[in-house]
Amino acid sequence: MAQLTLNINGQQINADVAEGTSLLWVIREHLGLTGTKYGCGVGQCGSCTVHINGNPIKSCTVTAEGVAEGQAITTIEGLAKDGQHPLQQAWVAAQVPQCGYCQSGQIMQAAALLKKNGNPTREEIIKHMNGNLCRCGTYLRILKAIQIAAGSESLMTSTEG
Amino acid sequence: MSNFTYFNFIMNRISTPHTPQVSRRKFIKTTGGFAFLIGASGVLPQIISCKSTKEIDPGILKQLTAWVHLSSNGQVTIYNPAAEMGQGSMTALPLIFAEEMDADWDQVKVEFSPQQKEIYGSPGWDGKTKIMMTVGSRTTRSFFPVLRQAGAQARYVLLNSVAQQWQVPLSELTTEPGKVIHANSGQEVSYGDIVSFLQIPEYIPEIPEEQLKNPQNFQLIGKDIPRWDIPAKSDGSAQFAMDIRLPEMLYATIERGNLHGAKPSLKNRSAIEATDGVIKIVELDHGIGIITNTLERALNVKKELDIEWSDATASGFSSKSAFAQYEKVLRSSKKGKEITNTGDFKRANRKAAKTYSADYLNDYVYHAQMEPLNAIAQVAADGNGAEIWVGSQNGPSDKMLAAKALGIEPSAVKVNLQYLGGGLGRRSYGDVSEEAALLAKAVAPYPVKLIWTREDDVQYGKFRPMSLQRLQACTDDKGEVTGLSHIVVGDGANLLASGIHNKFYDIPNQYAEVRVVPHGIRVKHWRAVGHGPNKFAIESLLDEIANDQGADPIEFRRNLMKNAPKALATLSKAAEMAQWATPPPEGRAKGVAFLERSGTLTTGICEISVNRETGKITVHHFWSASDAGIIVQPDNVRAQIEGGIVMGIGSVLSEQITIEDGRVQQSNFHDYHIARMEDAPETIETALIESQEIPQGVGESGTPLVACAIANAFAALTGKRLRHLPFTKERVLEVLG
Repeated sequence: MAQLTLNINGQQINADVAEGTSLLWVIREHLGLTGTKYGCGVGQCGSCTVHINGNPIKSCTVTAEGVAEGQAITTIEGLAKDGQHPLQQAWVAAQVPQCGYCQSGQIMQAAALLKKNGNPTREEIIKHMNGNLCRCGTYLRILKAIQIAAGSESLMTSTEG
Repeated sequence: MSNFTYFNFIMNRISTPHTPQVSRRKFIKTTGGFAFLIGASGVLPQIISCKSTKEIDPGILKQLTAWVHLSSNGQVTIYNPAAEMGQGSMTALPLIFAEEMDADWDQVKVEFSPQQKEIYGSPGWDGKTKIMMTVGSRTTRSFFPVLRQAGAQARYVLLNSVAQQWQVPLSELTTEPGKVIHANSGQEVSYGDIVSFLQIPEYIPEIPEEQLKNPQNFQLIGKDIPRWDIPAKSDGSAQFAMDIRLPEMLYATIERGNLHGAKPSLKNRSAIEATDGVIKIVELDHGIGIITNTLERALNVKKELDIEWSDATASGFSSKSAFAQYEKVLRSSKKGKEITNTGDFKRANRKAAKTYSADYLNDYVYHAQMEPLNAIAQVAADGNGAEIWVGSQNGPSDKMLAAKALGIEPSAVKVNLQYLGGGLGRRSYGDVSEEAALLAKAVAPYPVKLIWTREDDVQYGKFRPMSLQRLQACTDDKGEVTGLSHIVVGDGANLLASGIHNKFYDIPNQYAEVRVVPHGIRVKHWRAVGHGPNKFAIESLLDEIANDQGADPIEFRRNLMKNAPKALATLSKAAEMAQWATPPPEGRAKGVAFLERSGTLTTGICEISVNRETGKITVHHFWSASDAGIIVQPDNVRAQIEGGIVMGIGSVLSEQITIEDGRVQQSNFHDYHIARMEDAPETIETALIESQEIPQGVGESGTPLVACAIANAFAALTGKRLRHLPFTKERVLEVLG
């Protein structure tokens, strides 16, 4: 067992977990941040996407000890105050989710794109989002929501690190 | 509803001697709100043991209410009796209820109803018994009359109370959203304020059809009301069973192997038992269960199991060579189950001016719902009761299977339905709850969270069966299609038959038959069931005949639909949207398909191109026009069709489960390829044809359009026919030669 200190959503959180445990299981099952989902466990679906130092990372593919001590981890719960990130507002406006299971990962992946590229082309969005699977097939609405959010001035007021 | 009335049913229940003697009026005082009488006898086991209402926790009381709970602050809580797996039941069904209750939608809150089909079910296929299954796109259409009536009865209770309070005839009262009005005296009262003087009539009448709202006056139905569940699904707070965490909860996994039906024998039990954190090993008929104190341990230990597997029915089976076996079955004189036999196909075929014959094949496909199966179960220390948290399309099935496994009555099992991270037909059989109950029993009273890994979900999946379809058709000297024969050979009986009927085409002699060849592979309903393969075959063959006659595929179908105006309207609309008459850009072609699924009629048209070097098909545009009766939520219906088409594209171009020596060859998304964003068409346009008929099922309408529309576009583009699903790049190259 390893005693880890994780910086998640701006808070220092201690976790006592077996070595080699993926970040996904630590944030979901040990810390109760269940907005991040398990879909495949092998980095193939993107449902578990979180940000590490602002970069989108599939949390099932990294160990908790690998991102402990200082690295800034952001989950869907910490993306914006009260779930009002421009992307989250756009997700509601475009009525994106169906079953909703993959959508936290989709939003986290999209948020990382908009941080680097505030006005992505359709092709850039597709390239960036292609690793995030949605079985309900909401891709065209995801695309639309990202475009809505990209046109939103409130994007600049995002609370994320 | 036939002659069976919901209210009478409930009243009968209330008058049975088993009804707990707890005053409903006392409940009013303990909740600060009121549980409407309708269905108020839906009492959970733990309530029966309560001697005083003071002992009742308001949290439990909430579950006592049947369809609606009205609070003095005006909040109206409506119970959704269906699973929410992405199709929008969490909004559509309460919306229907709220429409007739005349509730203010801004004050509506939605919760899942308890999984008690006697109270919350809708009439089943036989019209006599009630079911609570979210399958076959039947939710909105089966609950539409039930919830209109229940909503109208709730409104009646309010009107009746106000009539008594104000001493005015009930007939002089009207409602507007959230309030009762007496125009003659100029008085009005909000629904919330009625709670203080609410009286429950001893008898609530069935509201006659003519007293329900005129659809012209609908204020919620048919409007674009945002989905109730979407905010929670955009901020991570929506709760799926996978997200449940209970105090002192343990974790479990089961190793089931990849040979369906094989029995395990654990070779290293003592070593596993000695592993740190292992609490229990549970040997099941079909797998080895491990219960540990953390999920990561349960996952790690699963990999350490040394299991010897028995042979099974599926041993030696190869999906690749099964088609040769099907060919023999087709040639055999032994007939299967006759599905359709109208007119005389054989005679028509003999007299035909021209005959056609073609075979169509499809491989197994897997559900790939994004949330792998999982359930949390807790069994009472004495073993006499259990509670389960699960995402299920069929809560009563989970209840029944868990009860059977535990040897207790289904009424002693409480199922807490959660959001489903996709259902697609996989979650209408409660096998995961059965497993979770057996594991939880071994460590009662601790709750156990059982997670299937994605690998488990793929390898121990229940697949849409593979099949071979032999179609024959004949035409007379005018080119009219006079006969169609359709024989399906495959694994899965009724799963193969759906979509084999063609009642919207004027073909006088039709014959259809299913021949079953069991392989021991687990099979199940998969979105639209047999419609995917069957409509692929039928619509492809019709296109082949049209091509042979040099006829336009739309005009050819227009003639076949001459006696089906509603079907024809979808065809005309789709053709107009797709600008069918305008040739597509160079290197592209369009293809059309029509089908009926769950009462909804849809024509779909796609525009594709093919990379002749790689064999990759690209779908550029998709247009669809549907007649689905009254549309409760138009934007949501469009979302269902859009998503269904995208899912269909994945299933048609790349999804494939293969079996070698009985063993499933795929294991995760690296070798089971579902559609990605790059596979979605540039545009999907959907049209919904205006109708005053009862709503029909739409959730499965889009998916089965895709195979036939693509195959027909491919033929228009290349002159070659794709006859084996999925249309992988390799198969496309092979067909192109």
